[in-house]
Amino acid sequence: MTKIPKEEYILKSTSACAGCPSSLTLRYVLKAAGPDTVMVVPACCTSVIQGIFPNTAINVPVYNVAFAAAAACASGMSEAFRKAGRKTNVIVYAGDGGTVDIGIQALSGAFERGTDFLYICYDNEAYGNTGMQRSGSTPVGARTTTTPGGKTHAKKDLDAIVAAHNPPYMATACVAYPQDIFRKVEKALSIRGPSFIHVLAPCPPGWRFSSDMTVEIGKLAVRSGMWILYEREYGKVAINAISKASIRKPIPLEEYLAPQGRFKGISRQAVDTLKSQAERMAKRLQLEEAGTC
Amino acid sequence: MLTVATGNKAVAAAVRELRPAVIAAYPITPQTEIVEQIAEYVTSSELDSRYIPVESEHSAMAACIGASATGFRTFTATSSQGLLYMHEMVNWAAGARLPIVMANVNRSLAPGWNIWAEHTDAFQERDTGWLQVYVSTVQEAYDTTIMAFRIAEHQDVLLPVMVNLDGFLLSHSMQSLETISLGNFVPPIQLPHAIDTANPAGYGMLTGPDDYFKFRWDIERSMRQSVKVIDETEREFARRFGRKYGVAEAYRYQDADVVVIAMGTLGKEAEVAVDILRKEGMKAGSLRIRWLRPFPILDLAGRDLVVIDRDYSFGFGGVIAESMKAKFRVDPYSVIAGLGGQEVTYDDIAGFIRDRKPGEEHWFGVNGNV
Repeated sequence: MTKIPKEEYILKSTSACAGCPSSLTLRYVLKAAGPDTVMVVPACCTSVIQGIFPNTAINVPVYNVAFAAAAACASGMSEAFRKAGRKTNVIVYAGDGGTVDIGIQALSGAFERGTDFLYICYDNEAYGNTGMQRSGSTPVGARTTTTPGGKTHAKKDLDAIVAAHNPPYMATACVAYPQDIFRKVEKALSIRGPSFIHVLAPCPPGWRFSSDMTVEIGKLAVRSGMWILYEREYGKVAINAISKASIRKPIPLEEYLAPQGRFKGISRQAVDTLKSQAERMAKRLQLEEAGTC
Repeated sequence: MLTVATGNKAVAAAVRELRPAVIAAYPITPQTEIVEQIAEYVTSSELDSRYIPVESEHSAMAACIGASATGFRTFTATSSQGLLYMHEMVNWAAGARLPIVMANVNRSLAPGWNIWAEHTDAFQERDTGWLQVYVSTVQEAYDTTIMAFRIAEHQDVLLPVMVNLDGFLLSHSMQSLETISLGNFVPPIQLPHAIDTANPAGYGMLTGPDDYFKFRWDIERSMRQSVKVIDETEREFARRFGRKYGVAEAYRYQDADVVVIAMGTLGKEAEVAVDILRKEGMKAGSLRIRWLRPFPILDLAGRDLVVIDRDYSFGFGGVIAESMKAKFRVDPYSVIAGLGGQEVTYDDIAGFIRDRKPGEEHWFGVNGNV
């Protein structure tokens, strides 16, 4: 079992919502990263979770920056540190809006340039900070305040976009599996060049489930195969054990959807689309893992 | 060393002397020569900087912000559409109190596509908290870029500085250039709020009205302090290297009854117009405004004024002419000229002065009732 340090880098009393997956994920991210770390945070829930000046709940330097600018800002920071011969970890911690939508250009540029940093996208599948509007990462069928009838378009395949840049290391993770997050962050930071971790972040107020169910919903996402845990190291894919088992024998998707208010009244057609997406994704990853694709 | 260079090459040569740790830039006409030259310096190891070839101007300024926040020296260059694309981060750089230096090669804004000189691009950034200076010769571009780093990084300032040079008219004009050995003219950069992992802090976080208001005032306080720092820097530059420019460059000004005010290359051209008018017996003079922010305090009392704006604020007026009216309670003849690279000769400028109608606005070359 992975030994997780006792040091806490998120101090007590953040301004996060009860059951917040972002602060929980970040707790383990920072335990893995340690004190020689700088976080770059674009507009997202984490901009709020820190607290209000002059108090901060995060005990590493946090550089807040404009919505579209996180990866580029981190590029400059990383180059400056490396020029000075310093190994300081530069970690972007961004929501899905700041990653798959407004921040994708900067992300693409930073990865293409081989920037030595870790980009973590915590994905709650909507603009949570502004009250749950749709993002490119919102799944089909999900109700948000700007898709009150359920989203009609599929979730953008962020991981395929990142994979197209061939980063040395990329992985998915889920807030329900903190040890896995810890291990993947440690791994990502041990590798030179750009690395990427995409964390599923079930959001109680946004997804409309009870705030004591964050971890449970995360587990259901993985067990239903809607979220697959895997790593891609130097182009080689390894599906993590729990997702291998889930792909072999998934729980019914409805068990994942039913507790979430955002999927209330979802059409049969949207459920089928979600299912076929999950199956297609699993198939593609299995083929990649087997080296046949 | 005496050499010949374009305005763009002069800026690059100055940057080479300052040795920024990180340079992030995106190419745009007519700025490209600056970034090409810097890339060449870095590749040939003449300049030991990290050059980040970013994918946009927004990212260029974002990367400079990230690098500068660590306490190291940074530089970028842009123009026109590029400057507007980075507008959000231009504000951020000033608000974050980062002494980034940027060269902006002044160019008009589309549509239609027009790559020639106009000041409207930089004027759209004038309320961001950046210091802005406009130059008129290759030598001045070089000297001012050097001074810009010292001023930006001064502990009483700690604000970014934009060095503006007219597209093509200056960026691509070859003139003589004397390069200098800087010595300790620009001290090593010391950023008091540099990121320090041993002393973690939140930067740019949620800030309530009271603190936010104080931060805004602090920008203005530094802007006011920069007046003295600019003056000291120019004096020290003159003492060491023999050239002085001032916040505004006056020409045959002392006894002038009529003064033409302009910026950039037009301001230099105006000096020739003044000579022509002096020969005709008119007591003409000129003032070339160099520093737009902080805005110079000028003694204009008792003179006829002609202000040439290579810019316009639609529904308002020529920005410099209107600023003169507001700041100094004067009533100049406002000439709008040179937009989109329109040719304006010294004869044209002499004509503006001869035909001046105080209080009126004239769009040069536009027919009909405007």
